[in-house]
Amino acid sequence: MDSSSDLQLTANDGHAIVLTLVSALLAVLVDLAPGVALAWLLARKTWPGKSIVETLVALPLVLPPVATGLLLLDLLAHNGPLGGVVDVVFTWKAVAVAMAVMSFPFIVRGARLAFEAAGDRPEQVAATLGASPLRVFFSISLPISWRGITAGAVMACARALGEFGAVVLVAGNIPGVTATISTTMYNDILTGHDEHALLLAAISIALAFALILTGEQLLRRALP
Amino acid sequence: MKIGMLAVLFLLGALAAHAADVAVYAAVSLTDALKAIAPKFEAATGDKLVFNLDGSNVLALQISKGAPADVFFSADEAQMDKLQKAGLVDAATRKDVVFNRLVAIVGANSTLQLTSLADLARPEIKHLALADPRSVPAGVYAKQYLQDAKVWDQVEARVVPTQNVRAAMAGVESGNADAGIVYQTDALISKKVKIAFALPESSKVRIAYPAAALTHAANPDGAKKLVHFLQTDPDARAIFAKYGFIVGPPANGK
Repeated sequence: MDSSSDLQLTANDGHAIVLTLVSALLAVLVDLAPGVALAWLLARKTWPGKSIVETLVALPLVLPPVATGLLLLDLLAHNGPLGGVVDVVFTWKAVAVAMAVMSFPFIVRGARLAFEAAGDRPEQVAATLGASPLRVFFSISLPISWRGITAGAVMACARALGEFGAVVLVAGNIPGVTATISTTMYNDILTGHDEHALLLAAISIALAFALILTGEQLLRRALP
Repeated sequence: MKIGMLAVLFLLGALAAHAADVAVYAAVSLTDALKAIAPKFEAATGDKLVFNLDGSNVLALQISKGAPADVFFSADEAQMDKLQKAGLVDAATRKDVVFNRLVAIVGANSTLQLTSLADLARPEIKHLALADPRSVPAGVYAKQYLQDAKVWDQVEARVVPTQNVRAAMAGVESGNADAGIVYQTDALISKKVKIAFALPESSKVRIAYPAAALTHAANPDGAKKLVHFLQTDPDARAIFAKYGFIVGPPANGK
């Protein structure tokens, strides 16, 4: 209705933009170590229950995000199994948690493909020369797979920035507290503030450019 | 510089949730009216409103899982009933705050002259956009009206069910649907549609927006004050009316 103010950013919009960026980066950072470790285990080892773990990791890609959100809400709700341990639902932390779960498969996929493409010969050679398993991992496995891991992290970050369905269930759409760029756009569209939604879309596109350019830079630096 | 300012805002936001806040879980369709009412309530009581805005069904789900809400302001009586049955609603505080009505809309440039539900069965109307009559309340109500007017059987094949009222409006705005049935409040938002006629009062269809304090509210006093304020404050009532809500008691009220 107030179409004159639709093309201005409010303090809540600023909060949503910062929250989206911070949560997405945090989600990827938190995912990185366990994601890469799991990817290495999947690429190199055979162990019981491997296919179950593989399926679990891929679930956020298969399920509609809102279903993943519902599972997370059941798990983390105050009366849920993890609710007594962590108090995150309907706080900004829930945004980061939902983003981390939704983007985890991208990190695992990217890293696993990279480990598989590199093969295990270099690792075996290093081990034969007397390097400890940890040393092999950090001086051989990780450097030669760095490009794939970076590519996976960029995809994961992109997924996190745009995430809607899971976030809105576990964090809600609370302006100035848990509202993200995506949930604010959704609210705008449902209430007829299409222009404001498009303004936020323009900001999302700018963030996407920044992300992709950063990713390219990281990949170039990763080249030997 | 700008990023620094945003970071400060972010931190302020994190600190903002103090005890005198009232956490209001409100249907999306109430967004604009409540944003206008919030400063009035704050001035009158000193309590700040913090909103969570989504579909009434999603909010009810979140509240049933223990979300820290003080007030539920629903666009759907059934969702409030569900929470009340589960013992989550302070029933003594529950009030129907505003009402809505359905209207038939056509595109802003449409030459169709529609004046009654029977007109919706005319052959020029090839597509009729409705929120999904199987699941979305607005669509359920619209179907009830069309059945009562004995035109449902004729129009059923031409109905385009949409995910929500906003999508039904978009169908009419874009010209993909020749007409649609939406809430009056939604029709007033869009410049690309015009209201052909308002659906008549019906004994079977009552579109109420109940609000109530919740039993597990962290701020029960603030919650009760807000429900009362929404009901009685002249400024709040005027704002609801401005956004197309019906504030008087309906002819077929309880």
